[in-house]
Amino acid sequence: MASNTNFEKYKSDGSLQGNLLEWFDARFPATSMWRGHLSEYYAPKNFNFWYFFGSLAMLVLVIQIVTGIFLVMHYKPDASLNDNGIPVAFASVEYIMRDVNWGWLIRYMHSTGASAFFIVVYLHMFRGMLYGSYRQPRELIWIFGTLIFLCLMAEAFMGYLLPWGQMSFWGAQVIVNLFSAIPLIGEPLSVWIRGDFVVGDATLNRFFSFHVIAVPLVLLGLIAAHILALHEVGSNNPDGVEIKKRKDVHGNPLDGIPFHPYYTVKDIVGVVVFLMVFSIIVFFAPEGGGYFLEYNNFLPADPLKTPPHIAPVWYFTPYYSLLRAMVWPLFGIDAKFWGVVLMGAGVVILAFLPWLDRSPVKSIRYRGPIYKTLLTLFVISFVLLGFLGTQPPSYAFFGFIPGAPVAQILTAFYFLFFLTMPWWSRIDKYKPEPDRVTM
Amino acid sequence: MKKLLTALLFAPAIALASGAALHLDKAPDVQGDKAALQSGARTFVNYCLNCHGASFVRYNRLTELGLTEQQVKDNLMFTAEKIGEPMRVAARPAEQKVWFGAAPPDLTLVARARASADGSGADWLYTYLRSFYVDEKRPTGWNNTVFENVGMPNVLWQLQGLQIAHKDHKLELAVPGSLSPAEYDKLVADLVGFMVWMAEPDAGLRKHLGMGVLAFLVVLFGVAYALKKAYWKDVK
Repeated sequence: MASNTNFEKYKSDGSLQGNLLEWFDARFPATSMWRGHLSEYYAPKNFNFWYFFGSLAMLVLVIQIVTGIFLVMHYKPDASLNDNGIPVAFASVEYIMRDVNWGWLIRYMHSTGASAFFIVVYLHMFRGMLYGSYRQPRELIWIFGTLIFLCLMAEAFMGYLLPWGQMSFWGAQVIVNLFSAIPLIGEPLSVWIRGDFVVGDATLNRFFSFHVIAVPLVLLGLIAAHILALHEVGSNNPDGVEIKKRKDVHGNPLDGIPFHPYYTVKDIVGVVVFLMVFSIIVFFAPEGGGYFLEYNNFLPADPLKTPPHIAPVWYFTPYYSLLRAMVWPLFGIDAKFWGVVLMGAGVVILAFLPWLDRSPVKSIRYRGPIYKTLLTLFVISFVLLGFLGTQPPSYAFFGFIPGAPVAQILTAFYFLFFLTMPWWSRIDKYKPEPDRVTM
Repeated sequence: MKKLLTALLFAPAIALASGAALHLDKAPDVQGDKAALQSGARTFVNYCLNCHGASFVRYNRLTELGLTEQQVKDNLMFTAEKIGEPMRVAARPAEQKVWFGAAPPDLTLVARARASADGSGADWLYTYLRSFYVDEKRPTGWNNTVFENVGMPNVLWQLQGLQIAHKDHKLELAVPGSLSPAEYDKLVADLVGFMVWMAEPDAGLRKHLGMGVLAFLVVLFGVAYALKKAYWKDVK
């Protein structure tokens, strides 16, 4: 049953609570929201492992917002140097780590949460590709999702500047400089973004503002839209068949079960397992081997000392590799500009997936060998692009296979996977879809 | 096929491991040894804290190494008045910049900042502090095999003695110091241990707490799983 169904209003049984609820429900859609989104939102009963990551993304969002609120109470976005010659912003983070009660825990939860957000969201997106969740009638859910992903990237990028360490500073410097590659308006545009000719106090303060207010607001709005759109059309499932086609006498899907209590209790199990992994990182490896907290970021930002190797945090590196793969100038415009175009296109192309995929079935379970092979290769190339993005361009596999041309080949594959999809998704062999979901 | 895919997925890790790297000696782990950390603190305030600050560490935190406030005041506080003050040097960074050309960096976090694919920050410091050699071409008369053209002279030379470098970068102790090589290694190990502690004083508490949190989550998993099973027994 969709969320817009008119549920009956609550009728009091004469008790005080009952009267209160009736009064409230007459003025606010409490019952109808509860029933439409939870107790009578019918979800397919065959959700598997991959279906945990949507609710986990919500959990990480809550962790980030709550820990973020407490961090803001002690953090100071100030690039000026204190008495000891250390930037105030950097010092305030160490103050949180040492002098604020439980500050280290709150900060590690927030820094680990950033990486956890991307891990969970990447797996959530991959689920969509496995089971064709972006296909008709869920195109809009997918588009909202792509926008959420874009917002998340902006949120993470601006948040990473705030500790004001060497990687914060130089990472922001490199990325903002990319905008200067745009012909004509590039130079003034990058100055406008920074508010200065270099990344400085003005940049730090505006990124702080965007990170704690502007982007989270947009993010929350998009997430609401993502979930409302989902509840309007109903969830897909690992078989990719529509459960709404087969209904019982009450008009409820035969293969559906109410989200609450079935999936709330199931998601609690997923939450506990996630929290175990999360805790292992927070308590035993908060630096994540230098991938979650880069070692260089324990040095305060120094505009006069460029680190020998500037690498973005791991979750950006697949797209950073796309950017670096473009080394040829085109139409008299700098290669850097086309790199930026490629990086942007790498994210935007995801939004077109619903129309690029022409297969008659949704789920990988009934797709043929072409899709299975290409999707596997896509995952491998995405991981390799991510790895190469953490390395300097001079990197060579095993010391002799140069990384730069490999990244270029993988970049070409990344785009060809999407661009040729209308062709190969049509000629693949398919198995017939079942009528009902399988457990 | 699956094996091949697994191999491909792990290729980056293997490739990374095969890269040429700086060879670092493994620093002994002395985090559980309060006496070693106290000895490291003594070396730190006597030899390092004259030029380098540790401005995020308050003196009273040193009581966590098993010292009383009075012991800290009597033995480790040379330039500060109050026990709650941070470990700063008398010279201000701007003055140091004029005197030395560059202000000596704050060392609070150096044990974390120096970590890399080659080894932990402790390994780097442990190797670095034992790799100074005499080099007439440098303005200070010192160079280092781990940190080429280092700005800092070997402040521990009276303890270590003078090392010279051969063409293959092998170091040799030419003039012995007041400590034997084994004693000097122990002194550096303690010092590095103190610097690791100082970079994250709550690391011990963090790991301790982590065990408790995980134990709680294991119990919670049992409850959550039983709840899920109970609700789902009719779903077919």
